[in-house]
Amino acid sequence: MKKADFIPIFVVASFLAVFLVLVFFVEEFTEGFGEAIRLIASGDPEILGITFKSIYISGTATVLSILWCVPVGVALGLSDFVGKRFIKGLFNALLGIPTVALGLILYLMFSSSGPLGSLNLFLNPIGVSIGQAILITPITISFIASAVEAVNPDVKDLAKTLGASEIEASFVVLKESTSGVVLAVVAGFNRAIAELGVVLMIGQNLRGRTRVLTTTIALETTRGNVALSIALALILLSIVLSISLLTNLIQRRLK
Amino acid sequence: MSVLAELKHVSKSYGQIKALDDVTLKIRKGEIFTVIGPNGSGKTTLLKILACIEDPDSGEVHINGERIEDRNRDRAKLNTTLVFQKTTMFSMPVYNNITYGLKLRNIPEKQVGERIKKVLKMVELEGYENRLAKKLSGGEQQRVSLARALALDTSILLLDEPTANLDPKSASIIEEVIRQINRQKSTTILMATHNIFQVEQTAEKAALLMNGKIVEIGAVDKMLEKSKSLSKFARLENIFSGTSEIFEEGTSRVKLDGGIAIETAFQRSGRITVFIRPEDIILSKNRFESSARNVIMGKVVEISDQGSLVRLKVDAGREFISQITKRSFVEMSLNIGSRVFLTFKASSVCLI
Repeated sequence: MKKADFIPIFVVASFLAVFLVLVFFVEEFTEGFGEAIRLIASGDPEILGITFKSIYISGTATVLSILWCVPVGVALGLSDFVGKRFIKGLFNALLGIPTVALGLILYLMFSSSGPLGSLNLFLNPIGVSIGQAILITPITISFIASAVEAVNPDVKDLAKTLGASEIEASFVVLKESTSGVVLAVVAGFNRAIAELGVVLMIGQNLRGRTRVLTTTIALETTRGNVALSIALALILLSIVLSISLLTNLIQRRLK
Repeated sequence: MSVLAELKHVSKSYGQIKALDDVTLKIRKGEIFTVIGPNGSGKTTLLKILACIEDPDSGEVHINGERIEDRNRDRAKLNTTLVFQKTTMFSMPVYNNITYGLKLRNIPEKQVGERIKKVLKMVELEGYENRLAKKLSGGEQQRVSLARALALDTSILLLDEPTANLDPKSASIIEEVIRQINRQKSTTILMATHNIFQVEQTAEKAALLMNGKIVEIGAVDKMLEKSKSLSKFARLENIFSGTSEIFEEGTSRVKLDGGIAIETAFQRSGRITVFIRPEDIILSKNRFESSARNVIMGKVVEISDQGSLVRLKVDAGREFISQITKRSFVEMSLNIGSRVFLTFKASSVCLI
């Protein structure tokens, strides 16, 4: 477990390293990087707005997903029934769902002519949050179920022999898996804030409304506005990195 | 003495494996009762059923004259507790590990502190309240387990090999505490063990369990005097249970629980228990050609010095004990983790 803790940090750090290599060896990048730093340092209101929107939309998505992922994940991790492996396999398979495909399905559902058109979710930040919540459901459930399963199975027997009923013993198992559950939720948030497909299809990159870090990076790069893209990408990376670091700290505390 | 707990024709299976087979047993108030048997003989299942955390497939369990059923299981559970062989700790400080069971029993806060102090003193872990339980040594953890069980003040205390694999200090503390609470509070104790010295020193009554069946039951001193299989079992090591099949040319092949198979010189089929004398197992660093029918590869996991002899525990899918002279040990330069081959003749495998 200890080694695995460092994997997210390692991955993000290596991304940053690649970034820096690009800065030094690609001319376009070097210029853009300087400009990007200036943009961030100046506290450009547009950049700040986009950053907060990203955190808001994906944060809401994460909170929404917790509502169903924690109960389902815990139930899946604790129970043992025929077909459990199939359901776990299904969630594992859904981990890799292409975000664009999901975005397309949601577009067809949410757009004004779709079956859920009357809910007004299309081009709406809440609609994007719901889309992202659906997107991260498999990853969160899978991770939570694994975290609960990873708790020493003897813990349940221990709680019971100390006098706990079946339900009380299940709560003990949940408590013991807290750090894994936290990790699952964080993984969900990281996937949500980094994805492009759903937010682009449902949000359509509306300025001030559904424009987030990923959509802006995609748009500005194609427009040749590399400096802004680099600035936003740096912000996105720092968000993901600091959250991973924070999770690590929390996990060490919980142990 | 009145009967405190009773099993009547209890059977329990896990898939194909019959863990308990028609077990009938009476435990009287205030006695120390031991269940002896090789690994996989059903000791743990027996304890779990008496702890009301496992249901028997058939048969009846009575505690305090009441038959245990779904309706009263949760209440009955409060009167019995089990200390597992494999120590399990909640990821919490020692204090919270012990308070968990007390809170479920609604013990007032003031008494909780007193009880914890008292039980920690008994297991010689005074002042350990705020230490993280999982950070303690194996022996200390097992003592916390015992303290956690003692704090509940149940009328039956169930112990599953409480001193197996422990350092001698922790083991002697635990044995002393067991005797002490039985003497002072006349707590009824049921202990599973395969350490015969523990049986001789602590218990009054014992049952010998093999392949899920009680083979013998009675007073410990009488059993040790009369019973062939108990005294034989008591002095033996490398005891394995498994399923035997008759092989060609007058031999059998025994599939041991745990995945390895050995050849024997007797003809027998069905569930059997066998043993191999540690001095009959040849230890070598390389496989060599010989007439011996059994060659198993394993890893040295424990070395104990016994004067001119050295005993090695080798993990080869199951744990085997081999005994060699100190000179051989030094010449072979063995260490924990060394890969070795165990070689023994089919005729060295004896039937119990």
